[in-house]
Amino acid sequence: MDLLNAIVALANFVILPGISYGSQLALGALGVTLIYGILRFSNFAHGDTMAFGAMATILMTWWLQSLGVSLDPLPTALLALPVGIAATALLVLGTDKLVYKFYREQKAAPVILVIVSMGVMFVLNGLVRFIIGVDDQRFADGARFVISARDFKEITGLREGLAIKSTTVLTVVVAVIVVALLFWFLNKTRTGKSMRAFSDNEDLALLSGINPERVVMITWIIVAALATIAGTLYGLDKSFKPFTYFQLLLPIFAAAIVGGLGNPVGAIAGGFVIAFSEVTITYAWKKVAGYVFPSWEPDGLIQLLSTDYKFAVSFAILIVVLLFRPTGLFRGKSL
Amino acid sequence: MKKLLLASAATALCANTTFAGGHGEIKIGVFLGFTGPIESLVAEMGPAAELAIAEVNDSGALLGGSKVTAVRGDTTCVDAAAATAAAERLITSDGVKGLVGGDCSGVTGAALTNVAVPNGMVMVSPSATSPGLSHQNNEDEGLFFRTAPSDARQGVVMTEVLMELGIKEVAVTYTNNDYGKGLADSFQAAFEAAGGSITINAAHEDGKADYSAEVGALASAGGDRLVVAGYVDQGGSGIVRSALDAGAFDTFHFPDGMIGTQLVDNFGSEIDGSSGQHPAPSEELAAKFTEVAGGNFDATSPFAPESYDAAALIMLAMQAAGSAEPGDYKSKIMDVANAPGEKIGAGELAKGLEILANGGEIDYVGASDVELIGPGEAAGNYRVVGYEGGAEVTAGRK
Repeated sequence: MDLLNAIVALANFVILPGISYGSQLALGALGVTLIYGILRFSNFAHGDTMAFGAMATILMTWWLQSLGVSLDPLPTALLALPVGIAATALLVLGTDKLVYKFYREQKAAPVILVIVSMGVMFVLNGLVRFIIGVDDQRFADGARFVISARDFKEITGLREGLAIKSTTVLTVVVAVIVVALLFWFLNKTRTGKSMRAFSDNEDLALLSGINPERVVMITWIIVAALATIAGTLYGLDKSFKPFTYFQLLLPIFAAAIVGGLGNPVGAIAGGFVIAFSEVTITYAWKKVAGYVFPSWEPDGLIQLLSTDYKFAVSFAILIVVLLFRPTGLFRGKSL
Repeated sequence: MKKLLLASAATALCANTTFAGGHGEIKIGVFLGFTGPIESLVAEMGPAAELAIAEVNDSGALLGGSKVTAVRGDTTCVDAAAATAAAERLITSDGVKGLVGGDCSGVTGAALTNVAVPNGMVMVSPSATSPGLSHQNNEDEGLFFRTAPSDARQGVVMTEVLMELGIKEVAVTYTNNDYGKGLADSFQAAFEAAGGSITINAAHEDGKADYSAEVGALASAGGDRLVVAGYVDQGGSGIVRSALDAGAFDTFHFPDGMIGTQLVDNFGSEIDGSSGQHPAPSEELAAKFTEVAGGNFDATSPFAPESYDAAALIMLAMQAAGSAEPGDYKSKIMDVANAPGEKIGAGELAKGLEILANGGEIDYVGASDVELIGPGEAAGNYRVVGYEGGAEVTAGRK
């Protein structure tokens, strides 16, 4: 019984939050890794692209909600997603035409593109705040829980509760579908193959008649879709506030680099590695230990690092990986 | 540049000779953050202090008909160097006889140690709440007072509220800044002294979307109730949301930063059974002060009543001492603020001055129910709140 309590407590506070956070990071890191693989620069504007996508989705959701449209028990935001994706795709294609294309034609060094993307980031930053404001926005509706902690305790009679949020389930399901679609697209379709060819060897791809502008356009559209989905899921599961997307940039890049930049499988693995290390290293194990070893009464909380150091964990992993395996766990491109 | 310097030096000299030591004129510095992070609050606090001065001037009863002039100085709230320079200017150049201010704790401390104490100047702050400004060993030479309670006081009040509810074991999370840390530490000291135990005292950062890791640690430590010393429009609400979602805590205790309509809007009946407290004058006093303010400023704005009281205390103490010199009246501030004596409310300064002139005693109540304790700081009046059926209810006063 005690062991069961320990497992439930662990699932409630470590495993479930880790899985949903990991899926959100993985979706974000996939976008970063695609841009790096195909357009060959680190897109610092990705966090704010996610914020923009989520914002567009939220505005659409509000409109749908005001019309009384609902997907109950699923959140209305799912219906609004296609519109959000379209708006974000238009935005990134516009930025590409206005900004990145100029530098691409000049064959600018990647470091210049990185700085340019930072400029785009600041503009997007301002744009999102200008449109929707800096405050928390609520747009989640539908059922909050698949099972709430209180219900779980009543049903099972355990001392520990396990809350399964519907957004957690939704995040995982959507992430699995999106990743499956992406891999099918990259590996099975002609366009996907041309994208991979372009990524592997640009000159060879051009010689074999691949239209580079088309590859770039499709990459941006996919990235817009990934960013919007990741942003919306994060907003649904946690809360939408423009500033938090800016902060997400660090763990997303850490995930992409740890997994191996340019490698989609690596991005997903990296997302989960980062998410679980952040959660487990800052978790206080006192309660779980109390169940597993009932006779042991620890004085402290058995916490390796205070939760303040969450971001430091991503940094530390990033540095260790870069030192010992610069290409990442899954052999991406080295920086 | 040299010319400019000369010119400004000359102007400063002129200002000195023209204005200093005018006959029957007393200057009082209104030393608040007219620019900076709390400028919106000061927009109400400054006029409140100046209202007390105008009231005394209208009465003509201060020290045989002396007129009081308010001189503004800007503390900026955050820039200690600028605040020190402004205080220096008020004291040495303008020749003020007392300072209403500073406002934020950091600049107030800087101006006090660098300027006010060396010059023997009385400071009465309406809004500095840091426990660090409680000078138990007379480091301030009896010159510093405040009409706002110290955050340490809230820790004690919070302990009393929880003890009365029979809660002996709590987890604490605080927003990672001077306010949160000061409050959490003073609460921990008071709660443990009262026989309670604190399972964890952990910080949270504001402005994050995800607090599941923080709540994981808090839940692991356990406790009957979670004390959230944060801000309702920042991480505080995030912590509560996450704790409710994970089933980590059902009831909470909220200090002043969390109390507000937004809390009820955010959580409704989910936080039923929780408790909290925040400093607030009684409704009668608030209504009376609104009447006195007469629409010149927002009398319910935070620290506006305290600002009025700070200015009033300085002038009443001058009257009691029969002198406008800080060295003479500093010892009278506690006398006029506390019993025994006739109670003097907001808008009754003329009456108070008259009683003092005739050798009587007063107990200044003012706009914020002034009662100075310890080293000269307000005891504070706290409203204890509870949450029932998705609404905030008054559960008592402390």
